[in-house]
Amino acid sequence: MAETKPKPKPKIKKEAVEMPKQAPKVRVKNFNEVALGYSEEQALEEASRCLQCVKPQCVTGCPVEVPISEFIKCLREKKYAEGIVTIKTKNALPAVCGRVCPQEEQCQVTCVVGRIGEPVSIGRLERYLADWEREHGFQKPEKAKPTGKKIAIVGAGPAGLTAAADLVKLGHEVTLFEALHLPGGVLIYGIPEFRLPKAIVRNEVNYIVNLGVDLRLGNQVGRIHTIPELMKSGYEAVFIGSGAGLPMFLGVPGENLGGIYSANEFLIRVNLMKAYNFPDYDTPLRLGKHVVVIGGGNVAMDCARSSMRLGAEVCLLYRRSREELPARHEEIENAEEEGLVCKFLAAPLRFNGDEKGWVKSMECRAMELGPPDASGRRRPIPIKGSEFTMETDTVIIAIGQTPNPIIQRTTEGLEANPKRGTIIVDENGKTSLDGVYAGGDVATGAATVISAMGMGKKAAKAIHEYLMNKK
Amino acid sequence: MHKVVAIEELAPKIKWMELQASEIAAKCRPGQFVMLVLGAKGERVPLTIAGFDRKKGTISFAFNEVGKTTKQLGLLKQGDNIENVLGPLGNPSEIGKFGNVLCVGGGVMIAPMHLQVQALREAGNKVTTAIGARIKDLLFFEDKMKQLSNKLYVATDDGSQGYQGLGFLKEILETEKFDRCVAMGPVVMMKQVSEMTKPFGIPTIVTLTPIMVDGMGMCGVCRITVAGKMKFGCIDGPEFDGHQVDFDELVQRQRLMLPEERLSSMLWEMHGGCKCGRNKA
Repeated sequence: MAETKPKPKPKIKKEAVEMPKQAPKVRVKNFNEVALGYSEEQALEEASRCLQCVKPQCVTGCPVEVPISEFIKCLREKKYAEGIVTIKTKNALPAVCGRVCPQEEQCQVTCVVGRIGEPVSIGRLERYLADWEREHGFQKPEKAKPTGKKIAIVGAGPAGLTAAADLVKLGHEVTLFEALHLPGGVLIYGIPEFRLPKAIVRNEVNYIVNLGVDLRLGNQVGRIHTIPELMKSGYEAVFIGSGAGLPMFLGVPGENLGGIYSANEFLIRVNLMKAYNFPDYDTPLRLGKHVVVIGGGNVAMDCARSSMRLGAEVCLLYRRSREELPARHEEIENAEEEGLVCKFLAAPLRFNGDEKGWVKSMECRAMELGPPDASGRRRPIPIKGSEFTMETDTVIIAIGQTPNPIIQRTTEGLEANPKRGTIIVDENGKTSLDGVYAGGDVATGAATVISAMGMGKKAAKAIHEYLMNKK
Repeated sequence: MHKVVAIEELAPKIKWMELQASEIAAKCRPGQFVMLVLGAKGERVPLTIAGFDRKKGTISFAFNEVGKTTKQLGLLKQGDNIENVLGPLGNPSEIGKFGNVLCVGGGVMIAPMHLQVQALREAGNKVTTAIGARIKDLLFFEDKMKQLSNKLYVATDDGSQGYQGLGFLKEILETEKFDRCVAMGPVVMMKQVSEMTKPFGIPTIVTLTPIMVDGMGMCGVCRITVAGKMKFGCIDGPEFDGHQVDFDELVQRQRLMLPEERLSSMLWEMHGGCKCGRNKA
């Protein structure tokens, strides 16, 4: 009599397949992408770790509700084309999201595999499929019948691009206004090449433009057309996704010395204007040998890692401790591998310059942590008599951004938060004006690419409903 | 794409360009500026609007051929195209009926100044204009300004034409009562004018041209100190109260990238960019 063997339980590897990366010593000398992407074999192996849950938890953590378990199923069956189509039903920028989303705080937090080991590397798999598509040619999705409705979208960043893609697929006529000379918003001016290659941003934008979106570059809404003028000229709805572009400064003496950059100026010069290729490219950037980056978010990490690539020794100055660093853990790790030195619990008091007006040192004060403040993080408290001086020849201030006020100033009746400058919206992105919606950093203050995309998506749905119910 | 409608020389190394830009022409007002980008590797360069024709759909500006981009711009011919022209940026000038206005324009900024003079006259002001340049050969728009203004004074740094230096303004200020002064030109000139009008209590508006990268408030490189507060030249300006501006800091900040700008321009010429052939080895 044959014995009935007990069905073997599928064994799941506790460790995720590691992402191949450029070695720290090599990558710190170039601007090429650090993470190289999975091979087919690695992608299949990682995909096999997915449990294909009946009630997947991962998707609950995704701001744009990508059908994660479904796309991983396609990948496992090597149906790559089908996999990317599945992702693109919800996410028009998968090559971007696969690279810069903080998956460890979103979909991967709720992944069931995470209870027994490392969660499935959802972002890396998403990236694999997006890159596969780029190599094998894009497919055009089906579009709904034209509705005859015209919509204006302000800002070709993550929120605006997402809203544009969703609305054009629903059959609306979409015009996308972008103030800069290149589309992509923070994806093109902010996030560095080594984290998000600009060719990939261009590809993603081209995909959206090819869906039929009319992209108008160098056209700042509020200057050429105001929102009321757009509405009068035949646009039935407007989505504002103009981002948080205004840099914040410390407000300490000496901040206008030479060699002190806002993170925005530094990143715009390096990313948008390609100053690292000066003088082949026309925009210069003068960087000294000892760069101090002030701040602790992802933007600060981007500035620090870019500076190291430009040959500087970099020190990060953060007023709280390592635990409170708002940057992604992965970014901090990458930066430290590349040689970043962190100085915690200190803040600048003033900058001193040389006879030519260039920064030469900064006076700082040590901090200790008190009870948590409104942000939930422990508040830094200055320690009396702890002043010290640091030598530096370049300072990058990466302490946050606020929205550009031009639209709020030129749109009567549009309610904004008087203190933060953000446009006030309800949960669907609707503003105080009929037919006008907003989302992304202009509504939330500086946040992440994916949260902006999530709001672009929600607002697109609300705009569609608004237009289709409008008599 | 923006077509060059006309390009002409105003003075040695100072050119005037008229560009097809109907959307900007429809909206721009005196005091505003545009940002130009020449090609995929180009920098973003701010230029003050010096004229516009809403019917033709054109804007005009003047520029000094000092850096790589402005030299490249100067080589363009009628019918050539410029890829990106963004604007109108900055706040328009406050044009009201002030009464008796003194306008002081220097160097390349005489060009946008003529637009101010015109607008101020149209608003019913009496306008006395003073224009100046380093030397006689660099002066332009004398006839145009004479026509537009109620009175015109001319000065040069070396005295080769008209008054020598700005000293004569003091006499004018002592003999005539002005309600407002508008100064556009090199920082040192605007500083001097502001210092001269201050004892007379004449509100003095200066147009600042700090370094800019995006021109829309994003980078903050154009930050200046006005009345002890940080302001951005692009979105808070470009016009400010001349009695409150920290001009010395502005001069310093304008020179931040000078070595790089020179290098860029030199390399371009060495590689035959200017097409004069002089430096071609």
